[in-house]
Parts: sequence; C-alpha cells; structure tokens
Amino acid sequence: MSVIKTQGVEKVYNPNKIPVHALNGVDLEIKAGEFTAIVGPSGSGKTTLLNIIGGLDHPTQGQIEVGGVDITRLSDNKLIDFRKNKIGFVFQAYNLIPVLTARENVEFVMLLQNRSKAEREARTEELMKAVGLEGKMDKRPSELSGGQQQRVAVARALAPKPSFILADEPTANLDSTSTTQLLDIMARLNREEHITFVFSTHDQRVIDRARRVITLVDGKIESDEIRPEA
Amino acid sequence: MIFKLAWRNIWRNRRRTLITMGSILFAVLFASFMESIQKGAWNNMINNVVNYYFGYAQIHQNGYWEEQSIDKAFPLVDSLQHFEQEIPAIGAVLPRLESFGLASTGDQTMGVLIVGIDPAKENEMTSLQERITKGDYLQADEQAVLIADGIAEHLQLGIGDTLVLISQGYHGINAAGKYPIKGFVHFGSPELNKQMVYLPLKEAQWFYGAEGMVTSLALKIDDPDHIRSAVREVKAALPGNEYEVMDWQELLPDLVQAKELDSAGNYIVYFILYLIIAFGIFGTILMMTKEREYEFGILVAIGMRRLRLAGIVWLEVVILGLLGAVAGILASIPVVLYFHQNPIRFSGEYAKSMEKFGFEPIFPAEFNVEIFAVQAIVVVLITSVLALYAIWKLQRLKPVEAMRD
Repeated sequence: MSVIKTQGVEKVYNPNKIPVHALNGVDLEIKAGEFTAIVGPSGSGKTTLLNIIGGLDHPTQGQIEVGGVDITRLSDNKLIDFRKNKIGFVFQAYNLIPVLTARENVEFVMLLQNRSKAEREARTEELMKAVGLEGKMDKRPSELSGGQQQRVAVARALAPKPSFILADEPTANLDSTSTTQLLDIMARLNREEHITFVFSTHDQRVIDRARRVITLVDGKIESDEIRPEA
Repeated sequence: MIFKLAWRNIWRNRRRTLITMGSILFAVLFASFMESIQKGAWNNMINNVVNYYFGYAQIHQNGYWEEQSIDKAFPLVDSLQHFEQEIPAIGAVLPRLESFGLASTGDQTMGVLIVGIDPAKENEMTSLQERITKGDYLQADEQAVLIADGIAEHLQLGIGDTLVLISQGYHGINAAGKYPIKGFVHFGSPELNKQMVYLPLKEAQWFYGAEGMVTSLALKIDDPDHIRSAVREVKAALPGNEYEVMDWQELLPDLVQAKELDSAGNYIVYFILYLIIAFGIFGTILMMTKEREYEFGILVAIGMRRLRLAGIVWLEVVILGLLGAVAGILASIPVVLYFHQNPIRFSGEYAKSMEKFGFEPIFPAEFNVEIFAVQAIVVVLITSVLALYAIWKLQRLKPVEAMRD
C-alpha cells in the first residue's frame, strides 16, 4: 500500500524573475514500512521534495497524494491539521521548543490533537523509553546534547501516531556515536513497529542503513535503488 | 500547557521583560498619581463649594437662579420643609434668604453676599460652627453677623466691631442695617472666603423686608449617589411650575466645565505618556516576533494552527502588560495613600496665584480603586491592540521560509 505518491511534481522558485527549477517532474511512490533515503548533491531538490511531500510548500505543478488524499487541494488549516495527524517531522536543527522540557515537547503535539492527559502521559513515557531518554524527561533542550535533542525530536515526530516520518538531514549536526544511536532507534522502530521513514541526506552512514535509496540530480530522480534486507 | 508555554516565553529574555514591565510600571504609577491628585483636588474643591455652602441641590422659585434677584423670594410654607421627613435621601432642608450687598466700615466698602440662615440647620449641613476661627456662632434670635475672615482681613475688622450692610430689599425697598460682628469663619474656597456674611434668618427677613420668605432651600443629601433620585422625588412632589429644583452641577456649570477642561488637558498628557509606552511595548513585540520566527515556523509545521499560535503570542503580550500594570498599581498604592493622608499644600506666591483664581492650594490625592483599575484596563487594551501585529505577522507566516531564515 503506498503512503506517498507524487506525479509530475515541479517546483519553480521566482517564476516571474529569474526562475529556479528546483524540481523537474518527480514521480515517486513510497510504500508503507519503507526506510528510504533521498540523496543527492546540494541544490538537487532533496529538501524541496520533502517540504512538498510534507505539505509545507506547494508544488508549481503536479499532484501529491498522501494516504490517498491529494494534499495540494487542502486549505491552509486543513493542511495544518493533516500534518498534525498524518506526518511526523524531524528537522536538521532538532527544533524543539526551548522553554518546554523534553516530556512537554513530546506531549505538545498530542495536546494539539486534543488527546486526554492520561493518554498523553502514557504515550510520552513509552516514546521516551523507545528513544532511550526515560531518564531525561524533565530536562530542557538546552540541557541535552545534540544527539539527545534529536532523539526527543524523533519521539515528538512519533507522538501523533503519523502515517510516516519525514526527516530532513537528521544527522547533519550529530557526531558519529549520536548518529549511530539515532539510526539504531529509527531502524528498530521501522523494523518492529513498521513505521515508514523518508530521509533526505548526504550522510553516507544514513545511506548505508537505508533499504531504498532515491538519488536526485537537478530536480529529477536519477536512480531508485531498492536494497535487499540485511 | 498553553499558559505555561506563554508564561515561560515571557521569561525567555528576562532583561527585556523586566525593562518592558518597568516602563509600564512607571507609566501606570505616573498616570495613577496624576489622576488621583487631579480628582482629589477637584473633589476637595467641589466639597468646599458644594458641601460648605451650596448643598448638593437647591429649591428656588422658578427663574431665581437665572436672575439671582431677591424679588424671586417665595414664602417658606411648611410643606416645603417636610421633605426631610418624606424623602429618605434628604437629611435636612436649609432655608436661606440671600442677596448681594455692600459691607462697609469707616471709609472702606466691599461687595458681599448677605445670607440669612437658620443657624442650627446650617450647621447640620455645612458644619459652619466648626469653621469659626474667632468669636462665637450665631443664635437664631439675635441681631449679629458672622463674616468670612477674608472680609475681616480686607476691612480690618475685629470681633465686636460694627459692620454696616446696605442692599436692595424685596421689591425695591431699601435694605440697611448695622450689626455687631459675632464671629469669623474660614472657608477653604477663596471665593467664599471673601464674600460670605451670615445673619440669622429672621433678622435677614427683616433686613430685606421679606417677612416669612426665602430665596432658596438647600437640600442636605448625605450620599452623593442619591442626588439624582432625591431631585427627581422633590420635583415630583412640588406643585406645577412654581419651583425649580437644581442639583449642584446645574447650580455651578462653570465649576463642572472647568473640571472637564482640566480633565481634557490631563487626557492629552496620558495619551502622550501611553503613546510612548506603546512604542516601547511594540518594540518588544517586534523583537519577540522576529527572533521567534523560526520557532513559529516549526510550530505551524508540526500542526499548530496559526490562530492558536497567535492566541499564545497575544496571551504573552497581554500577560506582560498585566504584570507591568499590576506592578504599577502596587507601586502606586503606597504613594497615593501617602498623599491622600498628607495632601500637598502649596504656599507662597504659587498659593496666592491659585487663590486668585478661586482654587484652594491643597491637593489631596483621591484614593479610589477605580483609578487603578482604569490604568490596568488601558494597558491591557494597548497591549491587546499592539499584539494584533504579531497575529497579522503569523497569518502571513510561511513555515518553509521561516525555518530557512
């Protein structure tokens, strides 16, 4: 079953001045349970594609179906609600809310979903345990290392029980130990709980762990490699 | 958690928050103090003029107040004096017979207001006896006068000296008499202090040739909140168009106008003051919005609706304003309380020039919760309006661009 399906997606920045073609007709299908890396050199369109799949940006042309819903037709508020309920985001710079503790950061998205306090607390504990930070629940982001912050970000992304996780260069700011820990957690969640992960990256350590590698060059898919499970 | 988030955001930049709060604190302190002094000074003046002479309302024959002529005197019938029993808000009905005249001694003369009073009743409302600075109070059946000490000073009179009074009596008869001075009274209002001459009512009726008549009945109303209802009831009880019933604002339109004019001047000062504060708060909002643009982008990206996010930012700004306002009120209370108990008293040339314009040179601060509450409401309104900028900015926010910045 496909979770993400794009057809002829194009994105042109500054169409009326000096047009920059970030995406040039991307056709892509990602199925449930995949662990996919979108790779390519800087400026190849990785982040733009992720933003468009995540409903953060609009394509100039083309269609994007997420869980069978054409998200290009959704109003701003419906798109925000769609992201809240269906998509988990992990950003390069962790992007936790600095004034909230790790626990509160994870709980926050569920609060936006109007989930009960008991449910929020139980899920937060479960997720913090899953990312190995049960002892750091009441620490603020400034009291955590980069790797720990990114693990909290993963827990936050998983909190609303999304259809898939989009991670934009999640290891770019991490050292090798933190990268390995983060990849282990994400690989385990993918393997054991069948959570779909889509990364944009040019980190070879992430590429090595991916089971599907899509290479973008100049806004087009140059190759799409599916690897056998190890 | 939304309130917790807003609260913690306020204290992210502690120094900036404290500076913003400080500016609001000083604005509220300054505005509360100014408003308290202004209201206190006016209330003191109204109290001096109204409570110590005019009364909160008066009954006259129709047209008297316009002409201020003794020819508009009317018979003091019993039914008019019964209001104090019939209307609970009215504590006493004070009969007066008054007209302007001349007071002279030796070769000196000055214009005065010669008023016939019922000494006991007059004292009940105006505490006239307590205002005696020298000599004794009047008795109802004696032939003597009480004069304001401003007159005594001007005419260089002492207790027991004779004062000659000349005026025009009822329907043009000559009114003249000479009276021993029994006492001096002092009024806070400089205007009253240089023109009041009191005679017992019976003696005044003889002096003006108006036996059994009065020009006005002053109404003693203990609670100023009941003035309107008391006036309404008296009007309803009086027959036809024979009488006019006026409250103090109708009696003294100049005083009301001067108060309004003074208030308008102060509102301009408040406007400028709060405009400066508004710019300070707006600067904080601008910085707060700019430095958190990235974070706002994240919140919208992970599923927070812009309106909800705008609500948090609005709450932050309003809490900040309220904190400053509460701090300002807390700082104002002891200051205002001090000047309420220890009024500012001007002396020297400044006091003289104020007296020349009819103002008592005393400024007691009015201690009124309403004054503080209004400042808090003004600050909340200002912050609420300024926070609209953040809301407008959030409505236009594009998460991708915000996160890229």
